[in-house]
Amino acid sequence: MNTLSAAVSIGFHGLAFAMVLYLISVGLSVTMGLMGFVNLAHGVFAMLGGYILTGLMSRAGVPFVPALAAAAVATGLGSIIVERLLYRRLYGGDELDQVLLTMGLIFMSVAAATYAWGPLPQSMHPPLWLRGEIDFVFRSFPGYRSFLILCGAALVTALWLGLERTRFGARIRAAVDNLRMAQSVGINTSRLFTWTFALGSGLAGLGGALGADLLAINPSYALDNLVYFLIVVAVGGLGSIRGPFVAALLLGVADTGFKYLLPELGAFFIYALTMAILLWRPRGLFGRA
Amino acid sequence: MATEGLVRPGVTAANGAIDAFARRHRYHPLEALPWLAAVASYFVFPDYLALGAQVLATILFALSADLVLGYAGIVTLGHAAFFGTGAYTTGILAAHGWGEPITGLLAGAAAAALLGCLSGLVVLRTTGLALLMQTLVVATMVAEAANKASFITGGDDGLQGMEVWPIFGRFRFDLFGHTAYFYCLTVLFLCWLTARHIVHSPFGRSLTGIRENVRRMHAIGSPVAHRRLVIYTISAALAGISGALIAQTTQFVSLSFLSLERSGTVLIMLIIGGVGQLYGAFIGVPLYMVAQNRFSEIDPVYWYFWIGLLMVGVVIFARGGVLGVFERFRR
Repeated sequence: MNTLSAAVSIGFHGLAFAMVLYLISVGLSVTMGLMGFVNLAHGVFAMLGGYILTGLMSRAGVPFVPALAAAAVATGLGSIIVERLLYRRLYGGDELDQVLLTMGLIFMSVAAATYAWGPLPQSMHPPLWLRGEIDFVFRSFPGYRSFLILCGAALVTALWLGLERTRFGARIRAAVDNLRMAQSVGINTSRLFTWTFALGSGLAGLGGALGADLLAINPSYALDNLVYFLIVVAVGGLGSIRGPFVAALLLGVADTGFKYLLPELGAFFIYALTMAILLWRPRGLFGRA
Repeated sequence: MATEGLVRPGVTAANGAIDAFARRHRYHPLEALPWLAAVASYFVFPDYLALGAQVLATILFALSADLVLGYAGIVTLGHAAFFGTGAYTTGILAAHGWGEPITGLLAGAAAAALLGCLSGLVVLRTTGLALLMQTLVVATMVAEAANKASFITGGDDGLQGMEVWPIFGRFRFDLFGHTAYFYCLTVLFLCWLTARHIVHSPFGRSLTGIRENVRRMHAIGSPVAHRRLVIYTISAALAGISGALIAQTTQFVSLSFLSLERSGTVLIMLIIGGVGQLYGAFIGVPLYMVAQNRFSEIDPVYWYFWIGLLMVGVVIFARGGVLGVFERFRR
């Protein structure tokens, strides 16, 4: 009975972590697949979302749900400015220039976050109605994590439906498949890029805000968690929506499980697993050849 | 290039190109410039010799990254693994009673080369994003191992108690960095000669071929995988020497030697200077490190912002780094 309970616990917390990882990383996967842009600074948007949420809640007393919405929308809109001003110039350019630009943005974000919010991690206090435990059939689960999972599942469903059923989603799929062809049938890919980028960054902001108690919001957030986001994208496969989900699930559950069962060596297994998967499928689980 | 004529441009241009090809490996007077500058800096900035020694050792690190990135086209985000391995090997030897500097350097180089060769066997099977991730993951694993093995590496506190003996039993490492400066300069010079020799050898040429068109290199029967592994190992050894130099001259090694930030910064310094030309490291590293030093003196808390701004500025206004701008200027 004890092992079963441990397994349920690992599955539950792993799933919550996976949802956060997925929300943050899916935008990175799509933009890297769509524009071939190595965006190491993607975590900056997640950090921004986290800061907006914690700042609004603790300083301005805004309730949780409006603050969450504000974090996602503000991050998405803010990313449009960065995309139009900086990223746009480097589409289809040299990878090394992209690395330099995005690393520069990370450095600037570290200093800017320290300036605005100080060097200490920001604590996130879930609202009262999410603080308790939720009883479910045979045991109880922490309320906020359950909310995270439900929220993530709803967003994942909405994202898949949106990509499969709407015109906007069809355009994105067309552009990922064959950029030139998409342009020649009259899709305004430049505008498509901007909106996709904004959507991806907005989701990252939402993920960062929702996951503020899992991945602590501090100035070096973008650098500290870069490995996680990149693993999700590389293992999942570029330009895919389903791939990063499977990868996030794998990473979330494995990370939680190993940290619980083998706290001393847990990280090694995650990295070894990543290497093994990438050797087996260099383009990721769902990447196209 | 200087012999381009107006009368029959085609013929003379071809002759000029052949001429340039034939002369490429010979020493150009401009190549003395970094060395003259280094010696001059010793006399002009006597108060900054400790920083100077760090710059020289870091140039070697960037040079080693240039060999894999600029010549073989292997984009790596994990070069700090070799840098840190070299530093820890030398440091641990010195902390446990073997402080002889030259053999310490060689031990650091050997350990880094071994790691480079072993990890290269696995990592270099992939390309593109997967390769970038593999290098990153290897470096993270090494950093994690060093963190866990705190009984020998000192963990978060860093490696304490290094004792480095005088070079050849005569030149003691002094407080002001006189010995350290010339020690680093000499080692850098020797390594640069080696790197230059490699780049201009047929082996180096084939690396450029692999970077430019790997399919064609396969088609003409070049042993691509083997060559990539060899240069990766050589580059790891040079990075190991660089880390060992910094460990010996600062008498300290910490986990930051293995960090992702370290791998990223060396890439940044190299890109700022210019990739794939052997001299980018000599421009980018001093530029970055002096800027970092100045910024952190002026603004100790937020200097990160200014260095980030510098990087964004280089991408927007100076594509291809300083050497790239120079090249465009000449045309």
